[in-house]
Amino acid sequence: MTALTLRLRNSGHLPVVAGALCTLGLLLIGSLYSKNFLSSDYLLLQLQIASFLGVVATGAMLVILLGGIDLSVPWVVTVGGMMSTAAAGWWGGVGEAVAIPFGIACGAALGLVNGIGVAYLRVPSMIFTLGINAVAQGLIVLQTGGFAPQDRATPAMHLIATGRSAFGVPNALLVWAAVGAGTLFLLHRTTLGRSIYAVGNRERAAYLSGVDTRRVTLLCFVIAGACSAAAGVLLTGYSTKAYQAMGDAYQLPAIAAVVLGGTNILGGRGSYLGTIVGVVMITLLQSILSVMQIPEMGRQVTYGVVIIGMLLIYGRGQRHSD
Amino acid sequence: MPTDAYFHLREHRATCAAAALFVLLFAVYIAKHQVGWTVPVLTTASNKAVLLAIVAMAQTLPVLTGGIDLSVGMVFVLANCLASHLVVGTPMEAAFGVVVVLAAGALCGFVNGAIIVYGRLQPIITTLATGIVYFGFSLGLRPVPGGDVQAGLADALTGTLPGGIPAMLVVLLAVVGLVWLPYRRSVLGRAALAIGSSEAATYMSGVAIGRTKIVTYTVAGLLAAIGGLLLTFVTFSGEASAAIGGVYTLNSIAAVVIGGTVLSGGAGSAIGSIFGAFALRTIGDLLFVFDLEPLWQPLFQGVILLVAVSVGSLRLLKLDNRLDLFR
Repeated sequence: MTALTLRLRNSGHLPVVAGALCTLGLLLIGSLYSKNFLSSDYLLLQLQIASFLGVVATGAMLVILLGGIDLSVPWVVTVGGMMSTAAAGWWGGVGEAVAIPFGIACGAALGLVNGIGVAYLRVPSMIFTLGINAVAQGLIVLQTGGFAPQDRATPAMHLIATGRSAFGVPNALLVWAAVGAGTLFLLHRTTLGRSIYAVGNRERAAYLSGVDTRRVTLLCFVIAGACSAAAGVLLTGYSTKAYQAMGDAYQLPAIAAVVLGGTNILGGRGSYLGTIVGVVMITLLQSILSVMQIPEMGRQVTYGVVIIGMLLIYGRGQRHSD
Repeated sequence: MPTDAYFHLREHRATCAAAALFVLLFAVYIAKHQVGWTVPVLTTASNKAVLLAIVAMAQTLPVLTGGIDLSVGMVFVLANCLASHLVVGTPMEAAFGVVVVLAAGALCGFVNGAIIVYGRLQPIITTLATGIVYFGFSLGLRPVPGGDVQAGLADALTGTLPGGIPAMLVVLLAVVGLVWLPYRRSVLGRAALAIGSSEAATYMSGVAIGRTKIVTYTVAGLLAAIGGLLLTFVTFSGEASAAIGGVYTLNSIAAVVIGGTVLSGGAGSAIGSIFGAFALRTIGDLLFVFDLEPLWQPLFQGVILLVAVSVGSLRLLKLDNRLDLFR
C-alpha cells in the first residue's frame, strides 16, 4: 500500500487519482439523494454542462501553467457570446456563417492585449487581466447601450451547444473533447508545450535556453481568450441568447477546477487529465448542492469547505525544511 | 553623496507618486465641480473613498508577504451584515456589537492565515474558497437586504466635525495610527516584508514565518471588518451581495497596485494604498463632473486602470540587462 502511494506521488498523478476518487464519492453521495444520479442520461447531461466549464478551464490552465492567472474570464466569455450573436444580426446570412469564428476572434483579440500587457509590458497578469476585464465590460456596455444588437443564438450555435450526435453524445462534449485533444497535443507533443512548462518553472532559465518566453506567454493568453470566448458562444447556444454578465459564474470554478486537478497555481506543473477531473468534480459538486434541499447559505458554505477540504487532502505544498 | 533624506524619499517614492496622482485628479474634480470645495461635497467624497481605502489597506498586508487575500471583499460584506444585526440599540449594546463585528473579521482573517500556514495551501486559492464560505455566512445573516444601525453613532462617524473636517477622514487616520503604524513598526511587520522579498532567506534567518503570516492575515481580516462596519454606518442597512464583495476585492487589488505596492511582495505601504484607493474613487467621480455619457463610464474606468498599472512599464526603457526582465 505504501509502495503504491509512493509510486503515485512520484509519478505526479496523485491529484488525478485522488480527484477521480472524490468524483466517485460525490456520485455515491448524490445517489443517496436520487437514483437518477447514476443513470447515463443524468451523467451525459452533467458532462454537457461540464463542457462549458471545461473549455474555460483549458484556457485558464495554460495561463496558470505559465505562472500567471487570467481574471478576465467573466467578460471575455460575455464578449464571445455577445459579439457572435451581434455579427449574425449585422451581416445577415453571411454574418450567421461567420458568427462563431467572429465571436472567438473577438475573445482572442482581448487575449492578445492581455498577452502584450503581461509579456511585453511586464505588468503582473493578475492586475492586467483585471483591467482588460473592466475594458471588455465597458465595450459591451457601450455596444449594447448605443444600439441594441441581436442577442439570439444562431441555429448553428444552438445545434453545437444542445444537439446530440450518434449514441446520444452531446455535441458540446465533442467540442470539449476536440479542445482537450488539441491541448494535450500542444502540451506534450510540441515545442510550445514544453516551453510553457519551462516558462512556468523559471522564466529566466527558459529565456537563457533560447526560448522566446514573451512570445510563449503571448500565445497562451491568446489561446485563453479564444477559449473563454468559445465557451461564451457555447453558452449562448445553450441558453438561446447572449446576455450581460453571462460569464460571471465561470471565473472562480475555472480556477478551482484547474487547481483541484493538481496544477500548481505558481506554474510549471500540472496535467490536462487533472483539469478534466477537476472540471467534472466541480460540476458534479454544484449539481449535487443544487439538488439537495438546503438554503443558499448552506450551499455556498459547503461549496467552499469542500474545495478547501479536497485541497487539504492532496494539494498541500512542501515544508520549508524540505 | 546621497544623504539619508534621499534614501528616505526613495523608499517612499511610490507612495508619493500615488499621493500626487490623487491630488492632481482631485484638483481637476473640484475645479470642474459645480459647487466645488464645500463641506458637503468633501464629506460625501470622503465617505465613499474611506471605505475602499480601508479595504485596500487590508489587501496591502497579505500582498506585502507575497500573498493575496481574495476574501477581503467577502469579509467586508460579512461584517456589514453582522453589524446590521448587532450594532443597534443603546450605545452600550452598539459598542458591544462593534467589538463582536471586529472580532468576527479578525477570526475570518485568522482562519485564512491558519489554513495557509498549517494547511500549506497557496493564499490565492485558499482565500478564493474561504471567500465563498464567508459569503455563505453573510447570506445566512441577511437573506434579503435590510437591518438597521445605531443612528447616533452612524451620524457622528459619517458627518462633519467642527471646522468642516469629514469625520470619516479622522476615522481613517485613527485606523492608520492604531493598526497600520504599530504593525509596520513591529518586528512582525518587518518580518512580513522580509517574507515578501525572499521567503527562503527569511526562513534561514530564523524568523517565525508561520506566526508572521497568521498575524498578517488576521490584521487584514480586522481591517476588512472595520470597512464593513463603516459601510453599515453609510448605508444604514446590511446586504449580502456577491457583487459588492467582488467589486471591493478587485478594486482593492487595483488600489494596492496604484499605491505602489509590488504584487510579488516585499515592498510597499498601506499609506500608498490609501492614496491609490482615493485616486480610484476620484476617477469614478470625474466622469460625472465631465458630463460624460454614462455608457462610457465602465470603459473609461477600465482604460484608466490599465494606463495606471502600465505606467510602471516605463522602467523597461532603462534596463541595463535584458535578463532583469525575467524572474
